[in-house]
Amino acid sequence: MPQVTLTVNGQSHTVEVEARTLLVEVLREKLRLTGTHVGCDTSQCGACVVHIGEDSVKSCTILAVQADGAEVTTIEGLAAADGALHPMQEAFREYHALQCGFCTPGMVMSAIDLVRKHPQGLSEQEIREGLEGNICRCTGYHNIVKAIAAAADVMQGRTSELARAAAE
Amino acid sequence: MYDFAYHKPTSVADAVKLLAEDPDARPISGGMTLLPALKHRLNMPSALIDLSGIAELRGIRREGDALVIGAMVKHFEIATDPQIMAAIPALSRMAATIGDTQVRNRGTIGGSLANNDPAADYPAAALALGATLITDRRQIPADAFFVGMFTTAMEPGELLVGVSFPIPEKAGYAKLRNPASRYSMTGVFVARGPKGVGVGVNGAAACAFRQKEMEAALAANWSPEAVAGIRQPADDLNSDIHGSAEYRANLVTVMAKRAVADAG
Repeated sequence: MPQVTLTVNGQSHTVEVEARTLLVEVLREKLRLTGTHVGCDTSQCGACVVHIGEDSVKSCTILAVQADGAEVTTIEGLAAADGALHPMQEAFREYHALQCGFCTPGMVMSAIDLVRKHPQGLSEQEIREGLEGNICRCTGYHNIVKAIAAAADVMQGRTSELARAAAE
Repeated sequence: MYDFAYHKPTSVADAVKLLAEDPDARPISGGMTLLPALKHRLNMPSALIDLSGIAELRGIRREGDALVIGAMVKHFEIATDPQIMAAIPALSRMAATIGDTQVRNRGTIGGSLANNDPAADYPAAALALGATLITDRRQIPADAFFVGMFTTAMEPGELLVGVSFPIPEKAGYAKLRNPASRYSMTGVFVARGPKGVGVGVNGAAACAFRQKEMEAALAANWSPEAVAGIRQPADDLNSDIHGSAEYRANLVTVMAKRAVADAG
């Protein structure tokens, strides 16, 4: 059986897989990192989004063997060691950017990639279009968009309502 | 998904050797089409030959009056590479509309061209720009490469290594996206350059094609009005729940006008 070595959230893991094993199966079933969800399993819904390097990818549509040697970040790897949330997580909480929560990990991971790829900032339209690969079936998009705009301000060093609220 | 063997060669020569030794093996680039097909058991390859370890398939370079893009260059790179954005900005804009961010982070131009999905974006650009498809063993003009639905002129075991696009004076692209799946219902890429005027159409038929009546009209008068009165025959166009052949025929004209306007 093929062996793959992945660095997940900074920690190296070597696991035995089948060639057909998906990256998300390794994360959930072998490493027990169940924050990454499987929604549609057809690369449409985005619940399974993780980062490989800096890029957001759908972990249901990558074989574990294709990710051999990769640096993977999952939702569990975002918060600081002391438990302080990533600004995107903090903004999702502050703006109540979730209803049932199933899509949330994928939304957060996609949103971070989106902000990073727009260092000059993002319009509301760009945020909405940038979430094309993520589906919220509660249709709670409004607060998700607000949260991402606020987190972008924090991540890119602009003053925002969120930063002001945190400072008070 | 049925299981398969997995190989990750580091050279084109090794990949081609693996494909020659095993006729049921398939190359995999980004896997954005192939992996969903495997999950549906539409395909049962004996082995996957992962092309991501082959450095010679990556890279974007200028060669005279052409831009040569490696088969493993990802849609995201095509959308954002300064060299491509400067030479063929319409190609970058096209790449920015493929799938979603996560697909663009994985999917490759070579994978899309070799798969030749009727709704894929790039084949229309390759036809309109007069591109040359470069394989491990020969060069194939775009006109001879796209043969039919999911079918190209490549032989079994032949590997696409890159594509050479002559740099146009002007090029533009417009498509109508299916509101749900976001695939191209019909898209038109127009270009004016060293090889004359090209008009490539995707999404409308079983295979991307050139609209030569529009090419002649645009060669005489480069303006949206020049193509406004040209009707694409509906005879061989796709008809499905999303749109009839007649609807797509009309879209060819509408998208051609918008593509010319996009090119400026």
